[in-house]
Amino acid sequence: MKLITAIIRPERLEAVAEALAEVLDEGDNYRLTVDTVEGHGRQEGEIEIFRGRRIRSRMVQKTRITIGVNDTYVDKAVEAIVKAARTEGGGAVGDGKIFVVALEDAVRIRTGERGGQAI
Amino acid sequence: MEAPAATTIDPGSTAWMLASSALVLLMVPGLALFYGGMVRKRNVLNTMIMSFVAMAVIGVQWIAFGYALAFGKSVGGLIGWEPDWFFLNGIPHTKLYADKGVPELVFVMFQGKFAIITPALISGAIAERMRFRSYLVFILAWATLIYCPLAHWVWAADGWLFKLGVLDFAGGTVVHVAAGVSALVLALKLGPRRDVARGAPVLPNNLVLTLTGAGLLWFGWFGFNAGSAVAVETPVAGFVAGLAFATTQTAAAAAGLTWVLVERWHHGKVTSLGLASGLVAGLVVITPAAGHVAPWAALVMGVLASAVCYGAVQLKSRLGYDDSLDAFGVHGVGGLLGAVLTGVFCFTPVTGLLHGNVSQFGKQVLGAAVATVFAGLGTWLIATVVEKALGSLRTTDQVERDGLDIAVHGERGYHFDQV
Repeated sequence: MKLITAIIRPERLEAVAEALAEVLDEGDNYRLTVDTVEGHGRQEGEIEIFRGRRIRSRMVQKTRITIGVNDTYVDKAVEAIVKAARTEGGGAVGDGKIFVVALEDAVRIRTGERGGQAI
Repeated sequence: MEAPAATTIDPGSTAWMLASSALVLLMVPGLALFYGGMVRKRNVLNTMIMSFVAMAVIGVQWIAFGYALAFGKSVGGLIGWEPDWFFLNGIPHTKLYADKGVPELVFVMFQGKFAIITPALISGAIAERMRFRSYLVFILAWATLIYCPLAHWVWAADGWLFKLGVLDFAGGTVVHVAAGVSALVLALKLGPRRDVARGAPVLPNNLVLTLTGAGLLWFGWFGFNAGSAVAVETPVAGFVAGLAFATTQTAAAAAGLTWVLVERWHHGKVTSLGLASGLVAGLVVITPAAGHVAPWAALVMGVLASAVCYGAVQLKSRLGYDDSLDAFGVHGVGGLLGAVLTGVFCFTPVTGLLHGNVSQFGKQVLGAAVATVFAGLGTWLIATVVEKALGSLRTTDQVERDGLDIAVHGERGYHFDQV
């Protein structure tokens, strides 16, 4: 099992969710957690004009997706995210990042099931 | 020469003065929203309460002795003194104000709203760092020692500037110059916010509030200016009130338009805050002139107000002082410009520079200079005494980092993340 954390452009969330549904949905809905985060990589914060002064915010607003997947789905899920989140024409600074880490265990709270089944 | 006192009530004028008084009060929540939207999230309530609390503090001060000091029997044209009027005793509800046919209590209320909003304007310059207790003592002292005498000099029938013929229709000098200059002095005395000093980006938390506030200010300003016809015409709800209403609308529109055009040229963008700032600058500049100039002149004044105030606002980062929300840049500079331009464009009841009346222009410059020096020095003195008496004017570094909302008031403005 792996935990995939993807940080993407907020406006790409819809496309990414659709792409993930294609590879992960087995007819019983796939699972997805989304939150709004701030941070920065190479992309700089946006410039705002405040009473005639240009001010660059330090952080950029991003969307973070967290999904737990069984091993056979890892590559498919990562590819789907990359494809959907990359800016047309070869990508651009600010498209985001994906982290994949080993996942120790998973528990479905309703039934108490554990491991791969619970994902 | 005093006009004979009125003996019968004028219902039309009384109705307009009642409405105007309420309109001016609405400007205070308007100002709170206007300022509140521009600060960081952690200081939104503190910034808004600084305006709101003036309604409570000065609202009491005005009844207790403020009105008696500003409009009581004149002591040498310098200050009113009418102990009978303390707590408004000695003003029966059936008494009419001067020759106006309007109950004096209505006039007391109308003037009281001006006394409330003026110190609240100052709070924009010291937002996000002034100690709340020191602010409360400061505005009470400022309203009593600066506002009341100045209002007496300029507006009371025996005030020395009034007798000299200085025109200030609705408070260009008494309200905007006094508050704006005092704001600058207080900002200089406090020093810059820690994040401004270290060059961190300081961005507004909610410009939607600011625009809402600007709209309320514009609306309320019709009472502020057109209601001020009470000083010059009988009946109050008459020709001058109509003139003031028209010039107020005109100047605000012209200034809003000018500000965004200047901004478009300077930064390539038309901003919502720019439009809001511009219209407020236009309202400020027309305040001393509203019932004295023609609508075309109001148009010119509005354009000049935004051009000059835009420059003044840019100046602060060059000069290094931190007038947080540009109380001086908009109210001080706009007020000075308006006071002086009144002497250029006025045509009723006297003519100005444009008609060759140099002396009226001189009087306007004198009025603006007197207000600047008096408010500036007075603020410095009051602030120094308050600092000595209460220990400090400024909140602690830690409170400034944590935000004044939670540290001072035990509240947060937003809990959007909670269910």
